Amino acid sequence: MEIPIETFTLPNGLRVVLSEDHTAPLVAVNLWYHVGSANERTGRTGFAHLFEHMLFQGSESVGANEHFELIQRAGGTLNGSTWLDRTNYFETVPSNQLELALWLEANRMGYLLSAMTQQKLDTQRDVVQNERRWSMDNQPYGSWWEKLPALCFPMDHPFHHSLIGSMADLDAASLEDIAHFFTTYYTPDNAVLSIAGDFDAAAARAMVERQFGPVPRGSGKPPLPDMQLPPTFGEALREVVPDDVMLPRLFLAFRSPVFGSAAYYAASVAGAILGLRKGSRLHRALVREQQVAAEAQAFTYDLTKGSDLLVVDVTGRPETSSDVLETAVNAEIDRLLHEGVAQAEVDRAVALIETDLIVALQSAGDRADRLSMFTTYFNDPQLVNVQADRYRAVTAEQVNAFVRERLVPENRATLLYVPRDSDVAPASSDLAMAETP
Amino acid sequence: MTEATTTRTPTRPPTARPAPAAPRSYHFPRFEQRRLANGLRVVVAPVTKLPLVTAVALIEAGATQEPVGKEGVATLTAQMLLEGAAGLDGAALADRFERIGASVEAYADWDVAAVTLSALSTRLPESLALVRDLLRAPTFPEREVARLRDERLAELLQQLAEPRGLADEQFSHVVYEPKARYAMPADGETNTVGALTADDVRAFYAARYQPAAVTLVFAGDVTMDQVVALVEPLFGDWSGKPTSDRRSAIDAAQPGRLLRVVAKSDAPQSEVRVGHVGLPRSTRDYFDVLVMNAVLGGLFSSRINLNLREAHGYTYGAFSAFDWRRGAGPFVVNTAVKSDVTGDAVREILSEIERIRREEIGEDELTLATSYLDGVFPIRYETTGAIAGALASLVIHGLPDDYYDRYRERVRGVTTAGVLRAAKEHLHPDRLRVLVVGDPAVVTAPLSKVMEMKADVIAAADAEAGA
Repeated sequence: MEIPIETFTLPNGLRVVLSEDHTAPLVAVNLWYHVGSANERTGRTGFAHLFEHMLFQGSESVGANEHFELIQRAGGTLNGSTWLDRTNYFETVPSNQLELALWLEANRMGYLLSAMTQQKLDTQRDVVQNERRWSMDNQPYGSWWEKLPALCFPMDHPFHHSLIGSMADLDAASLEDIAHFFTTYYTPDNAVLSIAGDFDAAAARAMVERQFGPVPRGSGKPPLPDMQLPPTFGEALREVVPDDVMLPRLFLAFRSPVFGSAAYYAASVAGAILGLRKGSRLHRALVREQQVAAEAQAFTYDLTKGSDLLVVDVTGRPETSSDVLETAVNAEIDRLLHEGVAQAEVDRAVALIETDLIVALQSAGDRADRLSMFTTYFNDPQLVNVQADRYRAVTAEQVNAFVRERLVPENRATLLYVPRDSDVAPASSDLAMAETP
Repeated sequence: MTEATTTRTPTRPPTARPAPAAPRSYHFPRFEQRRLANGLRVVVAPVTKLPLVTAVALIEAGATQEPVGKEGVATLTAQMLLEGAAGLDGAALADRFERIGASVEAYADWDVAAVTLSALSTRLPESLALVRDLLRAPTFPEREVARLRDERLAELLQQLAEPRGLADEQFSHVVYEPKARYAMPADGETNTVGALTADDVRAFYAARYQPAAVTLVFAGDVTMDQVVALVEPLFGDWSGKPTSDRRSAIDAAQPGRLLRVVAKSDAPQSEVRVGHVGLPRSTRDYFDVLVMNAVLGGLFSSRINLNLREAHGYTYGAFSAFDWRRGAGPFVVNTAVKSDVTGDAVREILSEIERIRREEIGEDELTLATSYLDGVFPIRYETTGAIAGALASLVIHGLPDDYYDRYRERVRGVTTAGVLRAAKEHLHPDRLRVLVVGDPAVVTAPLSKVMEMKADVIAAADAEAGA
């Protein structure tokens, strides 16, 4: 299973990845800008994401919301998303509309600022503040998005602060900020363009050159501060959050090897052994056998700098106290730490991950997104074709080495949600505690 | 901020918007159908791009086939298939699937129950044999019935603190008659789920899980001949007939307008639902309604989203939908808005519903919706899961075999007059039910003014019982 890949770079620094597949008459266009919330300056949390919204507000040749309308009228789907270290924009369109999608992306990369107005900024600020209310403030446990990185990364680390941003910082964002951010980060040499699906490579290349060629190279972006972190937190971190919830929920995070490193794959397999599907350790022990949890899962953030996070996420049953939940989860982690994993567990995890990788490659949009990702982070789109091999090469010994180094008590960050009216007193703990609201 | 004045000037002005090239043709994946002697139906769509297969077993055992008083048993029964079968307990079953990289899920919705399998095609024989075991020889251990029942009760409890889920559930309560099955969640509610037993599950299984009520759908790297060679020995000797049928009055509507506020003090945002009982999937006006709804609130560029989000900044998003079921599912406008604009937002929603019933939509709006639905069609069926889902829909709703071949021309055939007629006939301002989960101190008075009626305010804790 290998997907074909061709690459070239425009004189302005735009890296382009092409992957042909003529199964169906559709094509995905995917653009990654190597900028995310980590690049925000003090007092402007949430700006990278607000800026993403502004990119749908038109550019020199495109009216407000016309980007959406033109793509939908062409029979396509589209969106954008912002993450800690990147922002992406993507369309999947009928293959005869490829150049429309490229033109829209090039128009906003090259000719955005003349379309920016105070009114558009004010409206999108309202929209984003409503997005914050919808996804966090009015959602049970919603604040975990903000609290977990804040607990796990030091105050001055670029991953510490809120991605969606504080209401006050969003209020402070100005048109000058837009111009500055655009000029600094939205440049061809800070972007990767991937095209996957039904197209002719020579024709696509000509289109890319025609549309993106005139966009000038940027003049460099300010370096991020040193992001290196020790392999563990060094002490148990803990925050208890009373919230409008009925069930306790525990996020237990570990510093883990960065995405793409050799050790990452062992960490990812350890996460799958703990929390991928019903055969995982946490589901079997906590949901099925002890019946203290209603749900249990594990995931990684897939960060490439400083430190990744492996997170275990377990929701309790109504009759389970948060103490019991916390004790039971830690007991499972301790068991893994002391006993290690068996080869059969590694095999189960790798088999599931391998199927998931193939399932994900079915859609042109997913293929293009992964090509952009591997090119942005590692300058190597071919990595998409070796992921299954990397996972298959993971041994029980490697997983156990990860477990022994990283699942230790001094590398556990506990974010515990408790029903507001329950009598779990945050202060009763003798462990170090971060701020509670 | 001197940098802010810096601009990057491209070497030339932007090019003109490119015209589309000639479109390439597309057809929905070809599929074949067979029926075994015992009535079990097989549908296969060979899709050879990747070594994957999605298989879906559809069983006529959905929530609308439950006995009265046993609401929730359809979901519980489907979930229990994975909790023990043919000598294996639930943990062992999960392990058998997962160690070959296969994923299996079992659930029930309003119309049917389903077991969905996703596996590498080389692993289909082993995993389909396991699916056979759980469909034909489930053991329904008491302990696991109690556990899944308690997990559902926990979910219902949690929902009281989750404004979105609470709003969806409460909207059903205010739209349908209390006795209608659609008034209650498909998975049942606290008093019905709490009373379910292993015997209830066994009885429902015995009545509904019979070969004549089962269809196996396959999409992926497999042929009809290969499927038949696998299915005949696994399912050919399964005998029996389903013994009960769909209950009555599943979709009866409550009359007139209503305004209800479910109190969540200090909520920063209001979850808003506005609508009424919609239409069954079998409606002859399906395509007119589909396009009408796309213009009203189905697309990002729809009237309701552009009004509430882009013109007013009230919300992160607003959309409308007809929930297509065998019975008449709800028509609902769904949004979450900042608390202090809740009344304004509902006023705008009402005015958009009035407007689309009053005058024909513009030709531009029509073509936006029809070009989108026409053009996006191939993009919807990129994966074996999506193709199997489309075939399942064909089976569930009894659509003709050429339905997907004709879909795009049917969409293109919709006219502005057809949209206006669909809006007049199928949107009912005099029956709109408004349900808001929010801060009553802030939202009640403005909502009463907009709706010209008194608000019925209830506490979240009383919500499940209130109807």
